[in-house]
Amino acid sequence: MAEVHAAAHGVASVRMAEHDLPEPDAAREWLGTMMLIRRFEERAGEMYAKAKVGGFLHLAIGEEATIVGSARAMRDDDYLISTYRSHGHAIVRGTSPNNVMAELFGRVDGCSKGRGGSMHMFDLERRFMGGYGIVGGNLPIAVGLGLGADYQETEDAVLCQFGDGAANQGTFGEALNLAALWKLPVVFMVTNNQFGMGTSLERHSAVTDLHKRGDGFGVPGMRCDGMDVLDTHAVTSEALKKAREDRQPVLVEAITYRFRGHSMADPEEYRTKEQVEEWRKRDPVLTFGERLVEEEVLTEDDLEELDKDAIAKVDEAVRFADESPHPEPESLYDNVYVLGDQVRGWYSVDERAAGVHRGEDERDHSQDGARREQFEAVVESQSGDIGDAGSGPSDSAKDSGKSDEAPEEAEDTEKAEA
Amino acid sequence: MASNGDGNGNGNGGTKTLRYREALNEALREEMNRDESVFIMGEDIGVFNGAFKVTQGLLEEFGEKRVRDTPISENTIVGAGVGAAMIGLRPVVELMTVNFSLLAMDQIVNSAAHIHYMFGGQVSVPLVVRMPQGAGHQLGPTHSHCFESLYLHAPGLLVAVPATPADAKGLLKAAIRDDNPVVFIEHEYLYGQRGEVPDDEDHLVDFGHAAIRREGDDVTIVGISRMALTATKAADQLAEEHEIEAEVIDPRTLRPLDLDTILDSVRKTNRCVIVEEGWPHGGVGANLAALVQEQAFDDLDAPVGRVTGADIPMPYSKPLEQIAFPHEPQIVQAVLSTFRDL
Repeated sequence: MAEVHAAAHGVASVRMAEHDLPEPDAAREWLGTMMLIRRFEERAGEMYAKAKVGGFLHLAIGEEATIVGSARAMRDDDYLISTYRSHGHAIVRGTSPNNVMAELFGRVDGCSKGRGGSMHMFDLERRFMGGYGIVGGNLPIAVGLGLGADYQETEDAVLCQFGDGAANQGTFGEALNLAALWKLPVVFMVTNNQFGMGTSLERHSAVTDLHKRGDGFGVPGMRCDGMDVLDTHAVTSEALKKAREDRQPVLVEAITYRFRGHSMADPEEYRTKEQVEEWRKRDPVLTFGERLVEEEVLTEDDLEELDKDAIAKVDEAVRFADESPHPEPESLYDNVYVLGDQVRGWYSVDERAAGVHRGEDERDHSQDGARREQFEAVVESQSGDIGDAGSGPSDSAKDSGKSDEAPEEAEDTEKAEA
Repeated sequence: MASNGDGNGNGNGGTKTLRYREALNEALREEMNRDESVFIMGEDIGVFNGAFKVTQGLLEEFGEKRVRDTPISENTIVGAGVGAAMIGLRPVVELMTVNFSLLAMDQIVNSAAHIHYMFGGQVSVPLVVRMPQGAGHQLGPTHSHCFESLYLHAPGLLVAVPATPADAKGLLKAAIRDDNPVVFIEHEYLYGQRGEVPDDEDHLVDFGHAAIRREGDDVTIVGISRMALTATKAADQLAEEHEIEAEVIDPRTLRPLDLDTILDSVRKTNRCVIVEEGWPHGGVGANLAALVQEQAFDDLDAPVGRVTGADIPMPYSKPLEQIAFPHEPQIVQAVLSTFRDL
């Protein structure tokens, strides 16, 4: 495990871990996926600025090694559960960037059919059990996934990702205690990106060595260099092994940094440009690429090719998302309930339709003229141009890092976010 | 009184007399025997046999894997139930009382109620969260709540409020078999009440079917949870002392709501009084009164009446507590006031 000291106070003392590289194919795939996440996030930010993406948009630029290193330590049948910063988690599990981008666009082909948005990605088939919008809200569910895996007598384990801000929620202690008490195969991974929204680690946590905070709950802690995909992979692998084989939940702290603001609506008044620049020197995509070239696993040309591939995939994702239809208005009430023999219907009241009506009749009620008109007007307002394909920066190292201008509709305050 | 109307299963056998808590216990036992994926967890439900003894004997019978004592961590217990339900289990979580469910509100609303919709229908949450409510035991402001209206508020949840042993059993079995998250609200006062329960393991009470507890042509009284029983007693008093024949309806589930049965009754009686134990503002009665006047305005001969708990934190003092939630006299008075023009 890497020695990572006092990361909150700067990066000078952080030492790159010296892990052996994985097999060349794996190394290439890891780097390619990190590049894909980087390019995806950059483009998502651009689409937000063009108002193609609404709501909140939390980007994980800078956290690619944490995402890929930890997820590649998982088996296919393991469960991953994450937060509202989860585009990369869906992508790393194999969800097509097309479906992730379509979700950001709010379209029917989105991985949550346009119901969840940026904060609520989901892919059951790949056991990505969701992004959750409430800070700390996913930890209890992770315990339940571990309980289910244990109850069903499988070897499946759970990797639960959350941020340093979530470590101060009550669910942190509750979930760690319960997982340890019941010997559940859960790895709790705190992605310590140094800030709970705009509040820095030392201003929100009395004990800033977050991996130590599991000790009192019977959950041993480990720490990894979250800017180093190899170290993250090695530590998470060890943690998952303990969880799976010893039925011992583990708390892993990944020290990382988000290069962008908390969300697109973040003026970043809480940190200095110098700090951001210091961390950018350790850009996880760049440093891993450099190492692969140094060790002659890849050439500079290979790097360029991988990046071109990533950009092409993101171009395709944007094209796909923009062509995907909006959900039909009559689907507004779909999937509120599972209707069946037991529950044949329910009464619903909706301020846009006169009176009350049975839930199962909502598809008809949703087609009334006024609502259809309103729907069409909003669709029209979102039909702007997506811009030239491939217009993003051509070098992943040169992510501009300047804070993005939020569209006027964006909230300038964010509730229930960290 | 055994429930009537549709949706009561097709058992042809006889009945047996059970207490409400025993009926719930039977429902849990039968469903756990029927389906390996059903398990229960909660505070003190195992070794202690449950704060209200609903889970008595189940630990001994099913073992620690399926009867799980938990720490006092309401939000995480419910969240763990959500997670397990998402991957194919059918957890039944007991919260010791409805009061403590406030600590689990995030998981009940943001997770259990929303996950099916929020993730585009890819996954469902067949979770039951059981909890008793109610005043009358001098437990003061923090331990005497009635919160059915809080859970009624959230789309995605089903809400059951059984008032009889037969409904307690039949609805709990139906809740466990349903693919939706169910908030199952019992009542502390009712746990010791006896009633006839169909002697049939397949006896289910379907959600969305109200029970007509008493037939009558003069006024419709809708009673929620324990108030279904109080309303029935008040109806007997109205018949004896005022020659008013009240029809008493127990909706049994608030989501889905059997509005048709209530409206049919109101169209017959032209008067409606709604009785609940919880607070008046934003209550079940406020909601139901709006629905009735929207749907049956022309059939009403008087404004819809409401009898509710007092709009206060519940006081400890016994006499104060007793006058702070509805009893028969308030119901009688509310019914009479719908006749005051005659």
